[in-house]
Amino acid sequence: MLELRNISYQVEDNIEILKDINLTIGDGFTAITGPNGGGKSTLAKIVAGILTPTSGRIILDGEDITGLSITERARKGVSFAFQQPVRFKGLTVKDLLTIAAGKDTSINEACDILSSVGLCARDYINRELNSSLSGGELKRIEIAMIIARQTKLSIFDEPEAGIDLWSFNSLISVFENLHKKINGSIVIISHQERILKTADRIVVISGGVVEREGSRFEIYDDLINDTDPQICAKLKEEV
Amino acid sequence: MNKFEENLLAEIADIHGTPEGAYNIRVNGKAGGRASSANIEIVSKEDKPGIDIIIKPGTKNESVHIPVIISESGLKDLVYNDFYIGEDADVVIVAGCGIHNCGDQDSAHDGIHTFHVGRNAKVKYIEKHVGDSDASGGNIMNPQTICYLEEGAYLEMNTSQIRGINSTIRVTEGTLADNSTFIVQEKIMTTGEQFAKTDFNVKLNGRNSSTNVVSRSVARDNSRQEFISNIEGNNECSGHSECDAIIMDRAIVTAQPSLTAASVDASLIHEAAIGKIAGEQLVKLMTLGMTEEEAEEQIVNGFLK
Repeated sequence: MLELRNISYQVEDNIEILKDINLTIGDGFTAITGPNGGGKSTLAKIVAGILTPTSGRIILDGEDITGLSITERARKGVSFAFQQPVRFKGLTVKDLLTIAAGKDTSINEACDILSSVGLCARDYINRELNSSLSGGELKRIEIAMIIARQTKLSIFDEPEAGIDLWSFNSLISVFENLHKKINGSIVIISHQERILKTADRIVVISGGVVEREGSRFEIYDDLINDTDPQICAKLKEEV
Repeated sequence: MNKFEENLLAEIADIHGTPEGAYNIRVNGKAGGRASSANIEIVSKEDKPGIDIIIKPGTKNESVHIPVIISESGLKDLVYNDFYIGEDADVVIVAGCGIHNCGDQDSAHDGIHTFHVGRNAKVKYIEKHVGDSDASGGNIMNPQTICYLEEGAYLEMNTSQIRGINSTIRVTEGTLADNSTFIVQEKIMTTGEQFAKTDFNVKLNGRNSSTNVVSRSVARDNSRQEFISNIEGNNECSGHSECDAIIMDRAIVTAQPSLTAASVDASLIHEAAIGKIAGEQLVKLMTLGMTEEEAEEQIVNGFLK
């Protein structure tokens, strides 16, 4: 379980990106949605340790991890799939899956993971993560790395972005299978209706605050029918 | 050979015990073992130090190893090795030099290799340079690789120098006839106060000749690197050179790629990039559980793999 207590994040000129966020994320799927620039990705980076909050505490399974480094949090079981995957000259897909798994990954294991994200493993296992891969391919490999890690908290920042031809049913089944394996928390930052429909809980972050949160049943219909132009226009556009 | 020499031989040429096929091992400026094969003849030069390696036309799937080991501190070794690769041959040539310097004087090896690659012959040339030092003596290597490619010839050169060479000036030249191809992949890492200069000069004289010169390097500590390349397009041809360097600590890297076109049908491109390890790469590997130092090593090792 992840608890965020009074998380605030300010940048230069005292601009507040996040304002006193209080949130508890339990096991199962949590979808975080809301307009662009609302603070969703910033919050994810704060949980992963990439950004340091101006104030507030981050508690993972009862342990205060606020002062821990990115590496220490990763080793405690925090995984984070970037919205924009990173390219590496010289490192292959298998290298990165091995690093992610924390142990030597057999060809069969690597192939199973790649197949689950819709990549023909044989064609990719020895490819470098360089500019020869498309954005969509990199995105799937980014997701594959999180699957390889199988940690208790997995955060995906807009996993659907850039994946055009891959059906969302496959993407959703990836998350469902991951949940069966880890039996932990999966947090998905998304604008996609079909991902929101799958979530156990939905959190709406807008203007740096938690505007609303609750079960899918409590939030989803309100969100789709919302007349608030700031949230609704963006969501409908994305859907 | 002692244990140090055997280890160096294994590292630079993957030789354990007696190598298969044709070979010539040079240890401290003297013959350390030689064998010719039915198709590959190795003979000593009469007028200067070095050997001629003569590969018969049509020789297929054979290899020749010509490593050099230096373990005497203060030795200055100069050697001329000429390769004559017959038409339609398809061979692998493994060279390389390892220096173990346990004294206070500089040890040096200058290997001048000239390749005459016959019509439609195919050569893969692997060259690895490494050095170790127990004392203050430096290790110096100044290799020259001069390549003449006849019509339809193909030469792929994989060269690496990633440890223990204090100073190096590496000169590589290619002269290409019609339909020939010259590929170079270079990997270099310098540390401490080391200096490495690479100088490529490729003349695309033949119609449909092509070259691709790719250098990846990592400069650490106070080391200095210079990358110079010039591709001349004198006919309908294509040439590409790429210098990609990671700079760390207080290192200095210079890249000077240049192109000269003397034909309107020459298609020439150069790329040069020097930069530190991207912060986002370190962060990504740290989110996978690596420390910053482990991530840095992983990125460098992958880059030079």
